Amino acid sequence: MKLELGIIKICDMQFGPESKIEGSTVFVNKEELQKIILEDEHLVSCEIDIAKPGESTRIIPVKDVIEPRVKVDGKGGVFPGWMSKVETVGTGRTNVLKGAAVVTTGKIVGFQEGIIDMSGEGAKYTPFSALNNLVLCLEPVEGTLQYAYEKSVRLAGLKAATYLGELAREIEAEEVRTYETPTLIEGIKLYPELPRVGYVLMLQSQGLLHDTYVYGVDIKHSLTTMIFPTETMDGAIISGNCVSACDKNTTYHHLNNPVIEDLFAQHGKTLNFVGVIITNENVYLADKERSSDWSAKLCAFLGLDGVIISQEGFGNPDTDLIMNCKKIEAKGIKTVIITDEYAGRDGASQSLADADVAADAVVTGGNANTVIQLPKMDKIIGHIESVNVIAGGWDGSLRPDGTIEAELQVITGATNEMGFNRFSAR
Amino acid sequence: MIRIVHYINQFYAGKGGEEMANLPPEKIEGFVGPGMAFNAGFKGEAEIVATVYCGDSYFNENEGAVDVVMGLIKEENPDIVICGPAFNAGRYGVACGTVAAAVREQLEIPSITGMYEENPGVDMFKSKTIIVKTRNSAAGMRDAVKSMVPLTLKLAKGEELGTPAAEGYFSTGIRKGLFEEKRGSQRAVDMLLKKLAGEPFETEYPMPQFDRVDPSPAIADLASATIALVTSGGIVPKGNPDHIESSSASRYGKYDIEGVDALSGATEETAHGGYDPVAANLDPNRVLPVDVLRDMEKEGIIGKLHRYYYTTVGNGTAVASAKKYAEAIGKELIADGVQAVILTST
Amino acid sequence: MVKEIEKTGIPVVHMCTVVPISLTVGANRIVPTIAIPHPLGNPALPEAEEKALRRGLVTKALKALQTPVDKQTVFEE
Repeated sequence: MKLELGIIKICDMQFGPESKIEGSTVFVNKEELQKIILEDEHLVSCEIDIAKPGESTRIIPVKDVIEPRVKVDGKGGVFPGWMSKVETVGTGRTNVLKGAAVVTTGKIVGFQEGIIDMSGEGAKYTPFSALNNLVLCLEPVEGTLQYAYEKSVRLAGLKAATYLGELAREIEAEEVRTYETPTLIEGIKLYPELPRVGYVLMLQSQGLLHDTYVYGVDIKHSLTTMIFPTETMDGAIISGNCVSACDKNTTYHHLNNPVIEDLFAQHGKTLNFVGVIITNENVYLADKERSSDWSAKLCAFLGLDGVIISQEGFGNPDTDLIMNCKKIEAKGIKTVIITDEYAGRDGASQSLADADVAADAVVTGGNANTVIQLPKMDKIIGHIESVNVIAGGWDGSLRPDGTIEAELQVITGATNEMGFNRFSAR
Repeated sequence: MIRIVHYINQFYAGKGGEEMANLPPEKIEGFVGPGMAFNAGFKGEAEIVATVYCGDSYFNENEGAVDVVMGLIKEENPDIVICGPAFNAGRYGVACGTVAAAVREQLEIPSITGMYEENPGVDMFKSKTIIVKTRNSAAGMRDAVKSMVPLTLKLAKGEELGTPAAEGYFSTGIRKGLFEEKRGSQRAVDMLLKKLAGEPFETEYPMPQFDRVDPSPAIADLASATIALVTSGGIVPKGNPDHIESSSASRYGKYDIEGVDALSGATEETAHGGYDPVAANLDPNRVLPVDVLRDMEKEGIIGKLHRYYYTTVGNGTAVASAKKYAEAIGKELIADGVQAVILTST
Repeated sequence: MVKEIEKTGIPVVHMCTVVPISLTVGANRIVPTIAIPHPLGNPALPEAEEKALRRGLVTKALKALQTPVDKQTVFEE
């Protein structure tokens, strides 16, 4: 399966009478987009704002971040199961607005939504401070159940991203990146000497607003299965997820999965990137056992030599992570796991809820309990008072002068467990 | 000028080897032994004002030893205390770790020591002080001093240390944040490639040690049980026929004691090089209680004393080796129908 | 060594002087002994008394072997 990504560099974002891309600037007709978003009966209002790198702007509580993309050639369309039919994606060409994102915020849904600061201390920890963000602040019709509201917000983000993506449909990208996965047989013939490497992508599926969708399917109802890496680049996996802000995989992360990118970079050189196994993190022990059994079984079936396992969330998913690691290692397949840590504010506690000697190769995205100080921002998009209730904040996190003291947990994407960032711990 | 007190054992103080291991704590002004290299390394930025030393056996066998040592250290009003390095000497490592931890706890000043990774003092004290990684013997003294000097200065000045990997010390278990050069996914791919190639790699989070074995069930009927004796105390037939090394043993011995009522200084000795051998050589039952067990066998308290005893030398022996010997011994014991083991260590 | 033998299912009692090390390395049944160079003896005692001391320690070890434990246990008395 082969996909080309047409990279369209976006360096600025402005409102204008006509939505379009000119050079590296996106112009957005606010009213037109608002109208599309407000077709949803559960939403009463949609404020649209722009947050640019370096500004004194704080977005809170952030629900999801989505990169605008559009399928310009090949089967299906982006975000299959939501914005397109469920036809298999991952082939042809997709244009990407690199440097732009849609960010959704609004009244808090769960306790686990986060902060994006566009400058200052907090900006260092989130990759989204470097993007030109179109921020949708979405408020529900009174009486809307939180599940319905979550879904509406999720879809609003996808709609806006698709809307922006469409602006790039006719643009011929200057930079094109090609990703190709051969079939199993071709791969063996092409790279008989290279180690066969796979990727086990763990998806949050705890229910209660902690879910991930694949082609529209709630992954908690799925057995462990496989996906071509290029399918993820077309939005086959989206986040419906309110786990702790720092280590939830936003839809942006799924579209730009760094493990997939870095394995592709080595594909055919030092390793043979065979494929991606997606597995869930359910709340029942039997599900955890079954799903991890299946991960290990598929790894063995594919004849893999090595596997990278990435986690999402923390706490009981640590057990899923360790089960996957242990069972895959038991098949004689070498693993590296990517996780993050909850080692306490002083860093002295045990970092993970579970452990096993088989997990001898660990990459960490840092200690989410680290206390950080955030300066006051001139502009707030969303609801600043949520900082006192989101995971990582506490009553009094927001000081009267507008500064914030909270745990790193509150920063969206700060300790990402796909290894998106450079932040770590020792 | 940074004031330093150095803690060492009787051997490095030049007071003698195992025969002097019972020496109580003493103090001299200035430095002695390894302190000379340290002092030179500080190039005038810091000075060893006094050296406290104590016999390793004395320190480990006398609960009050640490208090005496602490008293001697406190009088000097130091800014930091250096202990050892202890390399792979187990008792010395425990002494260094105990002193270094007490310095931090009681005097609230920094301390530093150095050990080989398999020194039991590492696991016991790495969370309580800074333990620099050293080689397994005093041949690594130069390297040890070289890595300990800059860390000592940083600690004394209250500066932040780099990562354990970069600065060469054992992780204290206190997790500290940092920004890496490469993103996590890239580090994961690099690590996996190394692991696949069988090359050394450094995990970013060593799993906590849950390396525990479930206790085996108790023996139900002692009067019919076969009990085997195993020791890491190095008791061997006189002349050490299998040439078990006095340190870093590369083998273990299996010796027949059928019909032997008691071990004796005439027929047995210790090959262990890590403790004063006099008592054990005079009466090897002090390490391996064959005499008592034989009596108990005759009295019907135990069913049988196993015909063979197993022995090796624990001194400086790599954990991996000890593990290998024990696996082999365990298999034989099972095959021979042994029900329980008394393992003695010195 | 203790652990590897215990893995076979045979109970092991570790008789040693430096108990913290035994705890760190993971012995499950531990009987503290007299001194490092003479764990099961004391050269300062008359022969008969020394042997009685040793018998006392071995008795303690046998008791440990007959005692079911579910975690690391030091048999002080």
